[in-house]
Amino acid sequence: MTFARSLLASAAATALMAGAALADPAIIFDLGGKFDKSFNESAFNGATKWAEETGGSFAEIEMQSEAQREQALRRLAEDGANPIVMTGFAFATVLGEVAPDYADTKFVIIDGVVDAPNVRSVVFKEQEGSYLVGMLAGMASESGTVSFVGGMDIPLIHKFACGYAQGVKAANPDATIIQNMTGTTPAAWNDPVKGSELTKAQISQGSDVVYAAAGGTGVGVLQTAADEGIFSIGVDSNQNHLHPGSVLTSMLKRVDVAVYNAFTAGADGIEPGIVALGLAEGGVDYAVDDNNAELITEEMMTAVDAAKEKIIAGEIEVHNYETDSTCPAM
Amino acid sequence: MDVMPKWAEVILVPLISLILAALLSAVVILAIGENPIKAVSIMVDGSIGGVRGWGYTLYYATNFIFTGLCVSVAFHARLFNIGGEGQAMLGGLGVALVLLYIPFPHWSLALVAASIGAALFGALWALIPAWLQAARGSHIVITTIMFNFMAAGLLNYLLSNTLKPAGQSDPASAKFDAAYDLPTLNSILTDLGFQAARDDSVNVTFLLAIAACFAVWFLLWRTRLGFQIRSFGQSETAAKYAGISPLKITVIAMLISGGLAGLMAVNTAMGEQERLVLNSVEGAGFIGIAVALMGRNHPFGVFLAALLFGFLYQGGAELALWTSIPRELITVIQALVILFTGALDNMVRTPLANLFLHLRKGKEPPETAPPPPGPKRPDHEPEGTVKEA
Repeated sequence: MTFARSLLASAAATALMAGAALADPAIIFDLGGKFDKSFNESAFNGATKWAEETGGSFAEIEMQSEAQREQALRRLAEDGANPIVMTGFAFATVLGEVAPDYADTKFVIIDGVVDAPNVRSVVFKEQEGSYLVGMLAGMASESGTVSFVGGMDIPLIHKFACGYAQGVKAANPDATIIQNMTGTTPAAWNDPVKGSELTKAQISQGSDVVYAAAGGTGVGVLQTAADEGIFSIGVDSNQNHLHPGSVLTSMLKRVDVAVYNAFTAGADGIEPGIVALGLAEGGVDYAVDDNNAELITEEMMTAVDAAKEKIIAGEIEVHNYETDSTCPAM
Repeated sequence: MDVMPKWAEVILVPLISLILAALLSAVVILAIGENPIKAVSIMVDGSIGGVRGWGYTLYYATNFIFTGLCVSVAFHARLFNIGGEGQAMLGGLGVALVLLYIPFPHWSLALVAASIGAALFGALWALIPAWLQAARGSHIVITTIMFNFMAAGLLNYLLSNTLKPAGQSDPASAKFDAAYDLPTLNSILTDLGFQAARDDSVNVTFLLAIAACFAVWFLLWRTRLGFQIRSFGQSETAAKYAGISPLKITVIAMLISGGLAGLMAVNTAMGEQERLVLNSVEGAGFIGIAVALMGRNHPFGVFLAALLFGFLYQGGAELALWTSIPRELITVIQALVILFTGALDNMVRTPLANLFLHLRKGKEPPETAPPPPGPKRPDHEPEGTVKEA
């Protein structure tokens, strides 16, 4: 009897401790891996920056399988993590189901849209940033042929490709644009070997600037471009440092800022609804630093910055592939 | 081979193997600089320390029971079905097609129909390798492995192109009708007024899995077909001599095996995810091989082994969640369990058999003492006879 009681008491104590241990924010990285040097890593950097500045701690989960998204999400919500940030469109369906069950928890989904009173959906105007790097590609290309390697074949990635194509055409109306997607499953986010093969194939077709919007797959694209002596363009994180002299620039998608802001706002400060971050909001941009300063001439810089101003002012409207699933420039 | 009493054979040998595997795992955890005791407590707490943990442990166990039975039935006919993974994937397709395109008034009817669909698709996916083995002599290990890849490719194609609803980026089917949600342990507990988790984890499919255990036992040991399967497995020539058709038995055993693997999808697709996603099998087809090995191809053994692997799987997920121990380490632990219980079985069995022989010798020397010139270690006897022959 006494034994049973003490057992119960200790069980209750552990249950309480488990609940109290986690009023922290949490982040879930989707397939592709936390250290993909791109999308997920950018999110991780944002979370780390918050932890370093505030001294707080956060829970994190790296997805290993498509089938466990719901389990991971509920696990964090039930343990009291708040807010919960998740990276990737693939969470949209699952979150739509889970969010109503945890009305007191705030969720932030990046790259996906979920309509619920406790969900903030953060999407980016990737077409705008891609337009700028497309202009740089069009001006840097000597062969007049540039290329694009996408990760998974989904509308989101076509949005990158379409913005890029429009930028290339703006700089060089006669340019040829080659586009390839790595695959149709989430495995396409982490397949550097195939990324490398696609790049080689594109080079053999004359491409001398390649833009990778493919998560971890992009590592292989950038590596091959460096090996073969052509220019590449990184994505999401600033990837200029990976191969200085070969990476022309990177299309910055400030996932880190989105995560940082969510963590800083905290459960009470997060406003539900959809936010679209473009050039005007500083959500996307192109990267210039010591690694690529020599590659971008004064003339290129002026042209791109002028276009940037015009996009912000609304004088240039970059077509968004997701609105009608077509791309005028391709 | 009655060197050991039955209880030692069934319980002691696997238990000692498990302890050895656990010890070695502890060494591995120590080697990467983590505390093994803390790791074990996290695993235990996360898998059997509460309703939520139990829910997922039993959920995974349900998967492993089906795939374990799948491998066992084939094993009894001396067929090594490595295609459980692909057969379960196709089972998922069966579930999805039934639930997406046929309307049902109640979840129970939907469950029956989905089970039939799952078993049918799984069985059909096993049919071609079975026929190739029986009629053409193509080795079933090779063909079933190849069929796993084909299943993955087929599902990938269908989910990305045909079954994916318009406007969705994720390669997954549409949600099944909410009316088909299966009652789960959590929902039943909540209805009874207890506080439970809100996951869709273990559900009525668990009962289906237990029923499948009984059905497989009945089939193998209480029916004429089961006898034919087992005789065919023991000796093909003898079975042929007795008038058993190898082609028929190979095909039937594989159909049953594939059907059992397919049934797993009822648990994952209908019970938990409520839609068909890529990779919903999550390697359960391969774990089924370990489960069958450890369960000695007996449904009750498969049931126990599936519980153990359910615990390892759920505990492992928790471990990856709350420590810096990578999830891959769980695969290492599982591999050690498989290694010790399957491949290194004799390492434990032989010394244990010797021990029991000694004990018995000490107790009742006149009856069981071997004649003076006889071999001291009877377990080595078969080897000796083979050499002489």
